[in-house]
Amino acid sequence: MDTIYALSTVRGRAGLSVLRISGQDAGSALAHLGAPVPPPRRAALRDLVSPGAGRLDQAIVIHFPEGSSFTGEETVELQLHGGIATADAVLRELSSLPGFRLAKPGEFSLRALQSGRMNLTEIEGLSDLVNAETEAQRRQARRLLDGELAEKALRWRRSLLRCSALLEAVMEFADEDLPHDSVPEALALMTRLRRGLEEELAGISAGERIRDGFEVAIIGAPNVGKSTLLNRLAGREAALTSEFAGTTRDIVEVRMDLDGLPVTFLDTAGIRESKDPVERLGVERAVKRAGEADMRIVLVEGSTQAGSGTALRDGDIVLQAKADLHPDGRQGAVSGRTGEGVREMLECVTRELSRRAAAAGAASRERHREALSASIKSLNGAITEIEGAGRHEIAVEEIRQATRDLEFLLGEVDIEHVLDDLFSSLCIGK
Amino acid sequence: MKHCEFDTAVIGGGHAGAEAASAAARSGGSVALITLRLDGIGVMSCNPAIGGVGKGHLVREIDALDGVMGRVADGAGIQFRLLNRSKGPAVQGPRAQMDRSLYRLGIQGELKSDARITLIGGEAADFVMNNGRLAGVRLADGTEIRSKTVVLTTGTFLRGVIRLGEEARPAGRVGDRASVRLAERMESLGLPLGRLKTGTPPRLDGRTIDWDGLEAQPGDASPVMLSFLSERPLVRQVSCAIAHTGAAAHDIIRENLSRSAIYGGHFEGVGPRYCPSIEDKVVRFAEKASHQVFLEPEGLDDHTVYPNGISTSLPADIQERFVHEIPGLENAVILQPGYAIEYDFVDPKALKPTLELPDLPGLFLAGQINGTTGYEEAAAQGMVAGLNAARQALGLDAAEFPRSESYIGVMIDDLTARGVTEPYRMFTSRAEFRLSLRADNADQRLTPKATGLGIVSDARRKRFDAKMEALEMAKSAIAECSLTASEGARHGIRISADGIRRTGLDLLSFPDVNVDRLAQVWPELSEIEPETARQVERDAIYGKYLERQLRSVEALKRDEGRRIPDGMDYSAISGLSRELSGKLGAARPETLGQARRIDGMTPAAMALILARIRLSERQTA
Repeated sequence: MDTIYALSTVRGRAGLSVLRISGQDAGSALAHLGAPVPPPRRAALRDLVSPGAGRLDQAIVIHFPEGSSFTGEETVELQLHGGIATADAVLRELSSLPGFRLAKPGEFSLRALQSGRMNLTEIEGLSDLVNAETEAQRRQARRLLDGELAEKALRWRRSLLRCSALLEAVMEFADEDLPHDSVPEALALMTRLRRGLEEELAGISAGERIRDGFEVAIIGAPNVGKSTLLNRLAGREAALTSEFAGTTRDIVEVRMDLDGLPVTFLDTAGIRESKDPVERLGVERAVKRAGEADMRIVLVEGSTQAGSGTALRDGDIVLQAKADLHPDGRQGAVSGRTGEGVREMLECVTRELSRRAAAAGAASRERHREALSASIKSLNGAITEIEGAGRHEIAVEEIRQATRDLEFLLGEVDIEHVLDDLFSSLCIGK
Repeated sequence: MKHCEFDTAVIGGGHAGAEAASAAARSGGSVALITLRLDGIGVMSCNPAIGGVGKGHLVREIDALDGVMGRVADGAGIQFRLLNRSKGPAVQGPRAQMDRSLYRLGIQGELKSDARITLIGGEAADFVMNNGRLAGVRLADGTEIRSKTVVLTTGTFLRGVIRLGEEARPAGRVGDRASVRLAERMESLGLPLGRLKTGTPPRLDGRTIDWDGLEAQPGDASPVMLSFLSERPLVRQVSCAIAHTGAAAHDIIRENLSRSAIYGGHFEGVGPRYCPSIEDKVVRFAEKASHQVFLEPEGLDDHTVYPNGISTSLPADIQERFVHEIPGLENAVILQPGYAIEYDFVDPKALKPTLELPDLPGLFLAGQINGTTGYEEAAAQGMVAGLNAARQALGLDAAEFPRSESYIGVMIDDLTARGVTEPYRMFTSRAEFRLSLRADNADQRLTPKATGLGIVSDARRKRFDAKMEALEMAKSAIAECSLTASEGARHGIRISADGIRRTGLDLLSFPDVNVDRLAQVWPELSEIEPETARQVERDAIYGKYLERQLRSVEALKRDEGRRIPDGMDYSAISGLSRELSGKLGAARPETLGQARRIDGMTPAAMALILARIRLSERQTA
């Protein structure tokens, strides 16, 4: 197998560049660079010298022997001085070694998976962690990376095996003296298991939101001040604003970190009947996107309603717009221009989204949803069969399927088509 | 001294030996069956019953291949019960109590009536070797039985020891030098051996049992036979009875555990977990106040009763004491005390799927010597070994039994790829494709194959063809009938309203629909014969699951065939446990399918190996 290498830090001006080498010849790369291999997992200062180009850098070098590295393979980590030229010089030197090549995106993780150092859900957690921008994202990614979902899946699988064994005993020893009738025990276990799976499934939407971000749409009649409010949130001129109704023909977004939660505020085109086809298109998109948003802030001015396209729904926050022009001290007023009521509005949004985010489990991907739903469906089939026709062999068949679905979650079956998708989302050097 | 020349010699006349001799003869070979006593051929050494869940499946498969066990058992059956009647057909297993002597005579009659089989009473002392190749069997009196192939079915003769309390004596032929030489010859091959143990209960005199106080267990009102050729039982039918142990018996057993051969620490072998001795049950299920004892008559003219459930190796006087504490058995006379037996078996991983031993080409092993337990398991191996021994002698291709096709195949693959850690017994859960490997369709799965191998009688083939014709006609008639959800509703058949027309066959997979029900909707279906109708129902019941299993079969075949490169270094796969990589290194599986079946293999480990195979494929590509 090739020995792979890549820069693990972002290429560019920086204090340090970390370069990682993994594979059976990782240690020999050090020898080639004239650096004695340091004691395992101890940092050592080494001069890196190219046989042809002379001294490349003085670096901190760490050697991880096979079986005690991230990939499971022998690995060398070089902490180089930062900057493009130094990193390039070392990379160039490595590329000249036989059996060495630049790692493909996610290839270090792939090797960790193949060597059994990590399972698929843990790698997904790692991918999420690398992409995490907010505190809630970081915490959620850690749960996955720490194996919370994998441990659950393994526990569920053990329970399923136990259910099968309990049902098999009744069938296989039909004419023999069994310690007790194990069917009620199996049924109770399956019912409990189903509840656990359903809880995990219910948390996926929240988990996805934490990873991909919540969306909060600001809607209201044209010229009610939606863009001005968004600009206030952004602290910059994100959305073009003017005095004329119908200025915002597209959707403008502002991404914010609200108490660790990633939240995107959407400014939608003002909703009104329009003869301008371009504006009408904007209105349609606005209505659709606002409909899909997790929350809506509805701005109203005076007694003006939100507009013909939208009816109020549960969870909408209705606010009096342009509080600066209507200084009557009413509750729930906001002004993008002066910032009045913005803090209260954000607190309100944060409170609501935090409440929803609390439901998140470790499962947070469509793949997890597929596996859990399929597993629940099979388990339901088994429970129905036992409670109904009583053909235990069919129930066991369903339980087998439920087990396979969980193995899919762990990446133990049907893994190939999952891999490409997953590893392409990881960056080079991971 | 030269005797005469045979294609195949079979050593041993137990269930494996009898089936091996018959299969070899039906394959067209000339066969010598060598056994110590000719009247011992077909003896049932343990419980007087044949069939059951898993075991009944095997009997049906043997029968579908035109073997002798099912036919003879039907003739000797004194009580028939279909187990798991309330569950689906895949796990229903036919079982019958035997008249021990009728069974033995039936087997002997089958073998005697086959002109290609020569029965030879004598002791097999050694193999005849010719230029390092197996050339026959030498008897203790010096007679040489020349044969091209040999099937060895000698049960527990390798270092067999019988234990009863503190006593121990060699099993089988006491002080017999000749059989020791054969055992030594086997041992000199340096085969991997393991040690197992098993036990039997004391035999009771039925005339001294108080039957009136016991719960009777009659046979089924409409008996289900073991052979596809049988219509009904041939001899008088009897009931069994159920007794129950209680605290008094348990106390005696518990107080004397140290005197049990099994618990006294005299044993090194591993016993079956699923057929525990009464000592085992009292210890392991201490919370259970009572255990069932099934009292099984051993024959119509035989007053011996087999108390199934109290196999023991306690001293005879203790057996007497605890048996007398069982209500109904207070005055029971023990005709023969129970005992345990410990013996060596050849690790069946050393065998090919034909059950040939590559270390000594031409020698095939079948039965208990391969680490299995049970008459049916032995007979099924005898079938495979006898068939292949004859085919090899006749220069024909080996007959293969894939695990997707039969329980026989499941067992052969389990034995030769995974080996055994306790006496191997067939269970339906061992088959991944349980829903399609049913006792009721064993003929559909295997009789055409057997016809191809040339081992089926004309009578059976004709009967099978007629059955299949009736079945196909019934199925196509039912498949032509179809209805929509609303039409179904009018007839009281609930179907989800998805706009799809359901055929009669689809409807049969619903738990509450059978052919009679369909005949209410389509009167023309009432012409289908009841027996044919039942079989159509059994074939249709698992509809959607069979499709899923079929896909698994295909996936399995893909995996099966996926070759593992020679010299794969399992120790270099760092996610593999040391234990597994050791096992893989020792077993050197040729394909992923074989690797999958190694004991302790996990899906995670499979994924690792697959990943490694793919890597090496990519490198060589």
